[in-house]
Amino acid sequence: MAVEILKENYAGKVLSMTIGVGDRAVTVGGATALPFHSFEGEVGNRPLIAYEVLDTVPEDPPASLQEELESVWDDPVKWAKYCQDEQGARAIALRLVSTDPDGQDASPESAAETVKKVLDAIDIPLVILGCFKEAKDGPVLKAAADAARGCNCLIGKAQEENYKTIAAAATANGHKLIAFSNLDFNLAKQINILLSQADFDINNIVTDPTASALGYGLEYTYSVIERIRAAGLMQNDAMMQPPMFLDLSSVVWKVKEVKASEEDLPEWGDRTERAVHWEAATATSLLMAGAEIMVMTSPRAIQTVEKTIDQLMA
Amino acid sequence: MLLIGERINVITKAQRAAMEARDPKPIQEIAKAQVEAGATMLDINIGPAEDDGPQLMDWIVKTVQEVVQVPLCLDTTNLDAIRAGLKAHNNEWGKPMINSTSGETVRLNTFMPVAAEFQCDIIGLCLSGSGLPADANERCAIAVDIMGKAAEVGLPIENIHLDPLVLMLNGNQEQAMHCINAVEMFQTLNDPPMKTVVGLSNIANTAPMEMKGILTAVFYKMLVDAGLSGAIIDTLEKDFMEVVRTGDPASVYPAEHVEKTMKVMRGEIMYAHSFLEV
Repeated sequence: MAVEILKENYAGKVLSMTIGVGDRAVTVGGATALPFHSFEGEVGNRPLIAYEVLDTVPEDPPASLQEELESVWDDPVKWAKYCQDEQGARAIALRLVSTDPDGQDASPESAAETVKKVLDAIDIPLVILGCFKEAKDGPVLKAAADAARGCNCLIGKAQEENYKTIAAAATANGHKLIAFSNLDFNLAKQINILLSQADFDINNIVTDPTASALGYGLEYTYSVIERIRAAGLMQNDAMMQPPMFLDLSSVVWKVKEVKASEEDLPEWGDRTERAVHWEAATATSLLMAGAEIMVMTSPRAIQTVEKTIDQLMA
Repeated sequence: MLLIGERINVITKAQRAAMEARDPKPIQEIAKAQVEAGATMLDINIGPAEDDGPQLMDWIVKTVQEVVQVPLCLDTTNLDAIRAGLKAHNNEWGKPMINSTSGETVRLNTFMPVAAEFQCDIIGLCLSGSGLPADANERCAIAVDIMGKAAEVGLPIENIHLDPLVLMLNGNQEQAMHCINAVEMFQTLNDPPMKTVVGLSNIANTAPMEMKGILTAVFYKMLVDAGLSGAIIDTLEKDFMEVVRTGDPASVYPAEHVEKTMKVMRGEIMYAHSFLEV
């Protein structure tokens, strides 16, 4: 007698969302089963990796990134075009670090200018990230959203302290929204409820549950994503069904393993290889957990992960 | 149902000041108010009271029992203060209770002999030295340790009130059912069934003010259905006491909200502060 494989039946599905406009627009989400469980349901759309582009030259960058990106990172337009044209990026994530009040404290207007320039130079979808300081992100993302009107960008991150401003700017200009919560699935649900109560359509939200790098809490992020996915798919929790957004760039490139030199730690091996693999390994793990959109920095790491995705989607 | 009023507590500013100044009035007032509202026992939480624990406990027990005719639940980690309280307690109004021993060896070895000496009641909190209990089974294992110790020191196990250790719903959602299941399982550990007690307000810790009432009421109802015999509560919460009276949270809250809250307790809906509004 043939063995019957037990299969999970899922009540819910991951919402699908399109960002960008025209031929290069990208749709993510849509899975009706746990990540890559093609034997149980639809896998949904291909996960999207957005190439990180900073609006200013990175401070104290890891050597391996310097090798890969130094020739383009003096200009966000050049950097974005390089990712799109040379690396085959399907999306760009522009991080407006210059607006950080503890750094250059650039104005919302100047950030909006950069957004415009980058949008003029690319035809792939754009993710617009603030400096991640609640008070400043409100006005910056509002100005950026105005500047990007009609381009169907993904903007964020909206947090409990500033979601109203950012959500209103997204709605007014036809953008999608990143809803951030700090490594806590109850709060991930709460921010989605709050956004819904502010009349923001749940179909236009992605959930950022907080990324963590390999060795630095990755397993916590993994569990939070799993729990959210389980609620969305198995309990059909309507507030827990948006696609999952993981900002790896913001966490991976700070850790010792990508920064330490070979002179300091010869037993850790080649610094460049180590750094690229650190980002790729973190990304691959988060894909398994359920990431739909990931922001990554190293083109080499991204190529590695894209190959893994090819195999997983085959 | 044993309803232990929780409002005499060193954490409250006014009560703390009254304890320090040995001012009977604020303490007696809140004692009377709680008993009038339905408390059948009063918790006396004086904190660690390291300086003058025994004197304070002696004074407060006499002060409270001057105005209310209920037994007291002596809540401190200071064992000398507990002894002083037990000596001062007027047993005419019922047996006093110690709050509490846990399953930790050092606690069992110190608190249980005192309970045996005075033949009073004691809360057995299901917490061991090795961290929070993972589920109902682990709670039962700790309960058995506590009961074993009682037998060893000569305290009737009828004097033990097992406390499953309520954790806050926010962040420990699965623990709500573990607690409820533990209350059910505790009763099977002896014939007649073991008594049970919970610190109810823990369930709503970190929840927004407007959510505390319904979370507490629904959790209480589910625990009572599981056979709970006692609870440490705020008897001055009118809505909650109405639920105690009717046995039905829907007598105070919309039935639809009660239903949804029960699903959250059972883990069928993920908790979020605003889960009622979805």
